[in-house]
Amino acid sequence: MADNLLTITGLKIEATAYPPGEPPKEITLVHGVSLELEKGKVLGLIGESGAGKSTIGLSSMAYGRGGVRLTAGTVTLNGRDIRLAAPGALRALRGREVTYVAQSAAAAFNPAKRLMEQVIETSLAHGLMGKAEAEARAVMLFGKLGLPNPETIGRRYPHQVSGGQLQRVMTAMALCPKPDLVVFDEPTTALDVTTQIEVLAAIKEAIRDTGVAALYITHDLAVVAQVADHIMVLRQGRMVEYGTTAQIIETPQEAYTQALVSVRSIDHVEKPEAPSVLSVAHVTARYRGTTFDVLKNVTVDLPAGQTLAVVGESGSGKSTLARVITGLLPAAQGKITFAGRSLSPALAQRTKDDLRELQMIYQMADVAMNPRQTVGTIIGRPLEFYFGLTGAAKRQRVQELLDQIEMGKGYIDRYPAELSGGQKQRVCIARALAAKPKLIICDEVTSALDPLVADGILKLLLALQAQENVAYLFITHDLATVRAIADRIAVMYRGEVVRYGTKTDVLSPPFDDYTDLLLSSVPEMELGWLEQVIASRRMVAAGN
Amino acid sequence: MRIPIAALIGLIFTGAYFLAAIFAGLLAPYGMAEIVGDVWEPASAEHWLGTDSIGRDLLSRMIWGGQTTIFVATAATILSFTLGSILGFIAAVRGGWVDQLLSRGVDLMMSIPSLISALVVLSVMPVTLPVLILVMGLLDATRVFRLSRAVAVDIAVMDYVEAARLRGEKQTWIIFREILPNALSPLVAEMGLRFIFSVLFISTLSFLGLGVQPPLADWGGIVKENKEGIVYGIPAALIPAVAIATLAISVNLVADWVLNRTTSLKGGRGG
Amino acid sequence: MHPILKLLVQRIALGLLLLLAASVLIFVGTTVLPGDVAQNILGQGATPQALENLRQQLGMNDPAHVRYFNWLGGVLQGDLGTALTNGQDIATSMGQRLGNTLFLAFWAAVVSVPLAIGLGLIAVRYRNRWPDKVISTITLATVSVPEFLLGYIAIFILSVQFRALPSLAMINESMSLGEQLYAISLPVLVLVLTVLGHMMRMTRAAILNVMQSAYIETAELKGLAPFTIIYRHAFPNAIAPVVNVVMLNLAYLVVGVVVVEVVFVYPGMGQYLVDHVAKRDVPVVQACGLVFAAVYIGMNIIADVVSILANPRLRHPK
Repeated sequence: MADNLLTITGLKIEATAYPPGEPPKEITLVHGVSLELEKGKVLGLIGESGAGKSTIGLSSMAYGRGGVRLTAGTVTLNGRDIRLAAPGALRALRGREVTYVAQSAAAAFNPAKRLMEQVIETSLAHGLMGKAEAEARAVMLFGKLGLPNPETIGRRYPHQVSGGQLQRVMTAMALCPKPDLVVFDEPTTALDVTTQIEVLAAIKEAIRDTGVAALYITHDLAVVAQVADHIMVLRQGRMVEYGTTAQIIETPQEAYTQALVSVRSIDHVEKPEAPSVLSVAHVTARYRGTTFDVLKNVTVDLPAGQTLAVVGESGSGKSTLARVITGLLPAAQGKITFAGRSLSPALAQRTKDDLRELQMIYQMADVAMNPRQTVGTIIGRPLEFYFGLTGAAKRQRVQELLDQIEMGKGYIDRYPAELSGGQKQRVCIARALAAKPKLIICDEVTSALDPLVADGILKLLLALQAQENVAYLFITHDLATVRAIADRIAVMYRGEVVRYGTKTDVLSPPFDDYTDLLLSSVPEMELGWLEQVIASRRMVAAGN
Repeated sequence: MRIPIAALIGLIFTGAYFLAAIFAGLLAPYGMAEIVGDVWEPASAEHWLGTDSIGRDLLSRMIWGGQTTIFVATAATILSFTLGSILGFIAAVRGGWVDQLLSRGVDLMMSIPSLISALVVLSVMPVTLPVLILVMGLLDATRVFRLSRAVAVDIAVMDYVEAARLRGEKQTWIIFREILPNALSPLVAEMGLRFIFSVLFISTLSFLGLGVQPPLADWGGIVKENKEGIVYGIPAALIPAVAIATLAISVNLVADWVLNRTTSLKGGRGG
Repeated sequence: MHPILKLLVQRIALGLLLLLAASVLIFVGTTVLPGDVAQNILGQGATPQALENLRQQLGMNDPAHVRYFNWLGGVLQGDLGTALTNGQDIATSMGQRLGNTLFLAFWAAVVSVPLAIGLGLIAVRYRNRWPDKVISTITLATVSVPEFLLGYIAIFILSVQFRALPSLAMINESMSLGEQLYAISLPVLVLVLTVLGHMMRMTRAAILNVMQSAYIETAELKGLAPFTIIYRHAFPNAIAPVVNVVMLNLAYLVVGVVVVEVVFVYPGMGQYLVDHVAKRDVPVVQACGLVFAAVYIGMNIIADVVSILANPRLRHPK
């Protein structure tokens, strides 16, 4: 107990919600959570959205974001309860004893100030060191965190460095005043997977070398398993399970934790060869008014009733490929064959059957449905438009589709705003199915969802594929999703398909450089994975 | 449906003003230009608000004036709305050179303050009610154009509009079924604000002697007719201030409510 | 050339182009529209011969574009033409009046800008508490009453009931600055009230927007003092939006001046314009319209230039 840096007991956190058109009401975000953190240790806080993990993280600085109040319990930092400390006392400890690394470094830096000024600001404001000393320490930290040109990068403005670099500068900013505790709030979530691993490794090394304690907040269990000594699983403001990292990953006790650990371990065996429903041959495309090809000579093939996963990071051109296939961005060169017919490049020239048989599901189900239409109208419109169904026959068919997406009765007259995130995506799936398509393009359809909900959607998509023999072009940046659903895979990098084939072929060595980098960067749910990857990369680098 | 108290007050007052305007003939105790007493008589049982600079009943002038003011403002608002929102939607949905042409034209019109433009035009045009309505409606249509174009552009990039395009829907369906229902609330709220602006605008023009012409009564004109009384401590010219301010505030309250109601439907991130 | 300089040159050139287009619009508005200037001046009883003579004199028989370029050429050389009604040179009559109008607008700006920003800051500091509510209620009331009525209310209360301030704003060159300021105190008050509401609300929104940024939270979590946060982190980012707000409202002030001058019988541009609109003296209306448009467009250019200069992304490109 005496060694504890941070002890939280029975913490209750409340906020006032202002639902439009209704009187304000009190809501409880965190219901009596307790935790302990020893000096120099890392505690991972994990949970889905609404779990209260960020709120708890910030409570270690007695900070309530947006009018959030810490209403009961104790928050003991370095031996004193800070929950109700005076503003002056809080200012003295924030930045000196505890610092914070935000999810979006791009927003968290003041756009009008140079990086160095912001990095050393805390040390100077608290009188911890002189300007020269602080700058020297910042440069040292920049170097340790693997930033290019550590001597000069501090002279840049936030918009002049990349997202991954900014996240590392933010880590340097948190470590510069030599705090006892750093709160990392989803520091790698907004980054591409190959960038994430570098930042993660840099953060881990910095934590180890400076001996600072940390609260590491994330929704990704595989990520936190690489950096934390202990893990606390949270759900809807309550603790579900607490234990050492090894115990949580290897022998989870609670059903919820088990579900989180086994998420996306859907076993999907690829289907045998079949005639193709979609062939994309040598397609090149560019956006109007630019001189740069966003797709370069892309050739892929998708067998009927199967799933082609198109995987790549931001800027790889994977979403552009979807726009070209749908005709929103007509291809400059190349040929697309769909269901045995040649497909016109532009949307306006396509037949009604072309449109009907090629449907699309979007990443953000929120904005993919007209908020002024009921579920019945949303799903019913394609039935009316393509098959001329009206009245009772239409309603009957809408209900059948709702049953098919496991939503049952009582949803047909609801508006999208009345549905949960997973339900919204299911309605979008039903709308696509209503057209009896041969191919559905799924654009990052699970990326905005919590892992367990995403799992449910993937299982539903697989079941529907078995029933309806519909093919999916599945665009994603997430390799775990690819493993769960793909029959074939196309890996894209800077507008080109760098690797294409059946799932087994693509995921088996020998790899090309990019696929190797991509595959080895996906965090795995096992202890010591990060060290292994880093060590093997160093060996390769040394070998070269 | 629960209506908040502020919006309810706003609705009642707005409704009362419009009813008074429509039934001015029944409500006004005296004729519009009828001389019924001495100059600037104080309030009395016969003349609740007193009489004006040439002995007409002020209450009657106010009611008749309300009719003119509200009629001109309503007509100008309808004109500016129809024209502005249709052109705004067309610019947003069609894009390209149509959008460029309309948007740059509006930029140009808005580079001169509305009052100045109105004065310039009125220096050569005959000052009649149709001309006033036309000038005010056209000048105000630029603001409606900007708003409706911005709202429609925001909606047109939504995935549900793209989904409708991919389904093969015609442009009329996209405008009337996908975009319009979602653009309606901000536009209705804006309509309230434009109406208030029109009331202030026509009152200002009449006060300057370049709006509604005597003997027709309107609120701005009543100020002009009675302004000499002010220095003698006769507040007749200030009565329209009460009418304009209460009308403006009550329409504001209704517009705020309409706007708030929209945001409640748009939510739906949680759950 | 530094990219920011290029952007500034572009913006200013665009503003001048807009002004040129506005001059066309003003000219077209007064010549192409139906309504015979000669008829208007001479009245319904004029003989055809008299009308023809006047038209000849006004150059109205030339094609429109010839007249436009003649007019524009004159304007560029400082010749705004002569008034139809009294034959005086417009530029001469306007000179003193323009000075008077700018004097009035200047003092209204001097009072209203700090006041609006101050009240905006107070409203942000006490957001959703009583000072904020009081300020927003009062400003809502002031924007719901037209300027000329605010003027008469002010006269009724301050000049007639309390006899504190003059109801007519007569100024001339022989008066000292103090006397002049006393004379224009009521019109300044009314102008301040008309722009204050909008300016304060927009300032409040702009500052609130900055205060809700993630980097302000970062600064709070660094344990910085509230004053340091505002001075070091909020202020540099709030300059551009606030300057924009101020400029937009000063442009609005230009319009408010027209009406307020009529109320207080102030010898400025607004009064000059309104008088000559009533007399249908087209050359004066054109000249005044152009000057008002130039001031308005100029304010907007300044607002744009400041926001370009204040944007770190443009000042320090990648």
